Amino acid sequence: MRNDAPPAPCPTLPLRFPPPLGGVAGTCFKPSHLTAILAGAPQRGFFEVHAENYMGAGGPPHHQLEAIRRDHPLSIHGVCMSIGGPQPLDREHLARFRKLVARYQPSLVSEHLAWSTHDTTFFNDLLPLPYTAATLARVCDHIDEVQSAIRRPILLENPSTYVAFHESTMSETDFIRAIVRRTGCGLLLDVNNVFVSAINHGFSPQDYLADFPLAAVGEIHLAGHAVQADDEGEPLLIDSHDGPVAYDVWALFANVIARNGPVPTLIEWDSNIPDWPVLQAEAAAAQTILDDHAPDCSQEVRDAAA
Amino acid sequence: MLQPEQASGYAAQFAAALLTPDGATPVAVTAPGAKAAGRRFDVYRNNVTVSLIESLIAIYPAVQRITGPDFFRAMARAHVRETPPTSPLLFDYGRDFPCFIGRYEHAEAMPFLPDVARIERAWLDAYHAADAVPLDGAALAAVPPERLPGLRFAAHPAARIVRSDFAAATIFSANRSDAPVPRIDGSVPEDALITRPAFDVAVRHLPPGGAVFATLLITQHPLGAAAEAAFEAAPDFDLATNIAGLIEAGAFTDIGFEDS
Repeated sequence: MRNDAPPAPCPTLPLRFPPPLGGVAGTCFKPSHLTAILAGAPQRGFFEVHAENYMGAGGPPHHQLEAIRRDHPLSIHGVCMSIGGPQPLDREHLARFRKLVARYQPSLVSEHLAWSTHDTTFFNDLLPLPYTAATLARVCDHIDEVQSAIRRPILLENPSTYVAFHESTMSETDFIRAIVRRTGCGLLLDVNNVFVSAINHGFSPQDYLADFPLAAVGEIHLAGHAVQADDEGEPLLIDSHDGPVAYDVWALFANVIARNGPVPTLIEWDSNIPDWPVLQAEAAAAQTILDDHAPDCSQEVRDAAA
Repeated sequence: MLQPEQASGYAAQFAAALLTPDGATPVAVTAPGAKAAGRRFDVYRNNVTVSLIESLIAIYPAVQRITGPDFFRAMARAHVRETPPTSPLLFDYGRDFPCFIGRYEHAEAMPFLPDVARIERAWLDAYHAADAVPLDGAALAAVPPERLPGLRFAAHPAARIVRSDFAAATIFSANRSDAPVPRIDGSVPEDALITRPAFDVAVRHLPPGGAVFATLLITQHPLGAAAEAAFEAAPDFDLATNIAGLIEAGAFTDIGFEDS
């Protein structure tokens, strides 16, 4: 009988990456939107998914993601690699991540400057780390390991944080710049995270962005945040992904694009998820800003004709 | 094993405090201008606990509908603190939740609840199981009758069985939608077969003897032995109906003989 069938062949890893996306706006993919997406006209945008939601063996999740991937560029966004933690990466999880990247050949692959697992417990949150020479070395080792496993560079996302650490000896931007230099990874600039952290820690988001290594940015995230209060009753912003992008964040985004040119930009909206047209409209707003700063094609045509 | 640095550093301090609501804020953290960081750290505590409670709500919607949201959140919070996840794959979380419900004193009046939870856990396992083409019934018709007792079945990756002393399958089905729940006699024992032949998970009631029979076939026992055990469990066991029902439900992918 056939119960010892040969193991499924491991999908071959990409030798070439899909072409760069350019200045395109995208949205997170939510299964509740699938019917509306497939029923609509073909669109320019890309879709981003959380890697862990597609690490099951089979069933509807893969069926849905294949339907999306057929007609759209894809971004795979890891949420649980725990790159910023003190312990070694989970090899089983890394193998699953590698398999997913090989199977779907996404245009973009990203992870977080954060940790989520300690000892054997998975905390399901993006937890902060101190910025020191020791944590820098470990984060770089972890990124090297991920990049070797998937055989392509990742984009690392800057965090939103609520606390700082006494032991930190470097600024976040210096820490991130050093990671880029040592590992060759790219960056996922989350503009909402910059704004949330700036308010929470009392620094200027413009200064942070002026100091951020923008040349390494391969993707931008935009999302909504919520407002709470800290122990002193001062505003504490929460990176809640549960509403439209705030005005201040749009302004910072427009500024980054004006300075640095268009890059793929994602609207994240993970709870209180709206109907598809609402999410689509938010992406269209980002696309307008990207298109305003697109390279002048007519100039290129004239140059080519000359 | 954790290195000493890992056991005392920032992550260990967070880990010790995240799931203990009354614990102290880690000494490693601070806030701008050396402000108090308690409410700031509580954001992480809240994110962790609430997101894990929500992952249990996503896995156990019928249990939540039966208990109501406030009851469920309190029960789930107690479970999250006692048994946090050990894998980053949250669709794998909550395997101990049905047993926890069985020990949860406020749920004593709902003795069927752990089995309803077991069906919901099996439902999600079937949803994420590997894809496989179910056995075509015609394959069975081609087996010579004298060889039938030695026939063995390869289980479909999604196939699961949940046995209950209560009407767990009926209660499950009535609470997985928003439709009004009819009056249910919860004391009728029910066995459930969970399958996913293509992309839709199906939950069926197994007839008397059916659970013994299906469990033995799924674990690769030969048809003859499985039928014998089923007759012993239920004298009115109907072999033809049971085998046709299992094949139609998509419980198997293949048949064969030990010697082939």
